[in-house]
Amino acid sequence: MTGLERFQDAFLKPELIARYWPDILSGIAVTLEIAVAVVITGLALGLALAVIRSYRSRLANAPIIVFVDMFRALPPLVAILIVYFGLPNLGINISGFAVLWLVLSLVLAAFAEEIFWSGIVSVRKGQWEAARSTGLTHWQTMTSVILPQAIRICVPPLTNRTIAVTKNTALGTVIGVGEIMNQGTSAMSLSGNATPLMMAAVAYVVIFVPVVALGSWIERRFAWKRA
Amino acid sequence: MSALLDVRGLRKSFGTTEILRGIDFSVAARELVFIIGPSGSGKSTMLRCCNRLEEPTAGQVVVDGVDLMAPGTDINAMRRQIGMVFQAFNLYPHMTALGNVTLALRKVLGKSREEAEAIGLAALDRVGLKEKAPSYPSELSGGQQQRVAIARALALEPKIMLFDEPTSALDPELVGAVLGVMRDLKAAGMTMVVVSHEMRFARDAADRIVFMADGEILEQGTPAEIFGDPQHPRTRDFVGELSR
Ligand SMILES: Nc1ncnc2c1ncn2[C@@H]1O[C@H](COP(=O)(O)OP(=O)(O)OP(=O)(O)O)[C@@H](O)[C@H]1O
Ligand SMILES: [Mg+2]
Repeated sequence: MTGLERFQDAFLKPELIARYWPDILSGIAVTLEIAVAVVITGLALGLALAVIRSYRSRLANAPIIVFVDMFRALPPLVAILIVYFGLPNLGINISGFAVLWLVLSLVLAAFAEEIFWSGIVSVRKGQWEAARSTGLTHWQTMTSVILPQAIRICVPPLTNRTIAVTKNTALGTVIGVGEIMNQGTSAMSLSGNATPLMMAAVAYVVIFVPVVALGSWIERRFAWKRA
Repeated sequence: MSALLDVRGLRKSFGTTEILRGIDFSVAARELVFIIGPSGSGKSTMLRCCNRLEEPTAGQVVVDGVDLMAPGTDINAMRRQIGMVFQAFNLYPHMTALGNVTLALRKVLGKSREEAEAIGLAALDRVGLKEKAPSYPSELSGGQQQRVAIARALALEPKIMLFDEPTSALDPELVGAVLGVMRDLKAAGMTMVVVSHEMRFARDAADRIVFMADGEILEQGTPAEIFGDPQHPRTRDFVGELSR
């Protein structure tokens, strides 16, 4: 066997590709489902928390800051295991899929809140004053004047953070969620070959390259000529 | 003549430092009142208390008979009747000139897009910038930006307009057009309170000059009185400094 053949045998064995691609494909579907759900709820919750924080009520802000710091500090795997193995003891039974979605949403929300918040405070105070002096409410000022400027600044860090958090869907493998990584590792132990893992790797690249492209498209969309 | 703006016993502290130490003053309809005084004397703070952009620590601010500090007062409804123009223009950079002028018309007054745009174009026309309606702030000179900012306030048909150093951020050659717009407003009967260092404008456009120092009004009078025959030693120093 030549070196190339040995490499192909270990990582890209054609018959294993043929055998396991349906499994990987179903993994892709599950990963996409969780990722989309996490992005929607995580970003929405993060944005909502940042907007609530802008009202500067001490009562609301203390819990927000505690939540954000906690979920930014905690490794997602720890949170996933605690929720997955802890909740049944409280008589609450939720699926691994739901646990993964819930925890990753909270993690993304925590990071997104920080990013949205720093975007909001980076908008000059004069923008608030101009809008409020024409009679706009706090909410109207936020939605029409502040967020359009803040979000534009937030898009690059948000894209990066969103990708980083959604990649953690691979952690679903430890709680039996049938996402890409789980399919890949099961197939690997069945076949005793790394080919399914390579297939998983390719699947991740195929999923996340368009997300990166989408991020830069949004960045361009939000661009406007600045003073 | 009843006062359009009436400020009574206005006090404002930041932390433990008292910045405004009991201000009483009123502005009649159609009057143009100029506020002068050394830097840090509290001119901006006083002006910003007049629409509660700054929350007074004590005192009363009454605009057209409505007490702004009263618990039942809808401050947002009052603010649209009190136009404010800032030193830094504060145009919304993500909106065109017309977008800047129509935002409050649509959001606060609930006008339709067509209606708001008609009013907005008329307001831009009043400041001589109708043709700049589709331009973004970054495409306008400082003087043009400030005139758009004036149009933004004007579009809401305010009863009174507050100007905080409207020309201080402008290159000298751009000041004239902004002052020209303010003269037109005065001629059209707008009530105005202006904090500014444009003394020549003060001399020939103001009905009254108010001199502030250390959070208090030390003296007020006609331009002739304040510039020609100031009574208070601090006013004399300040006016003397200016004319040198
Ligand atoms: N938000 C704030 N917090 C703390 N101190 C403030 C605040 N705003 C203003 N001050 C202080 O209040 C004083 C008066 O400020 P103000 O801006 O009203 O003065 P001004 O007369 O407008 O001066 P200038 O001519 O320089 O604009 C200053 O000493 C300033 O440092
Ligand atoms: Mg000032």
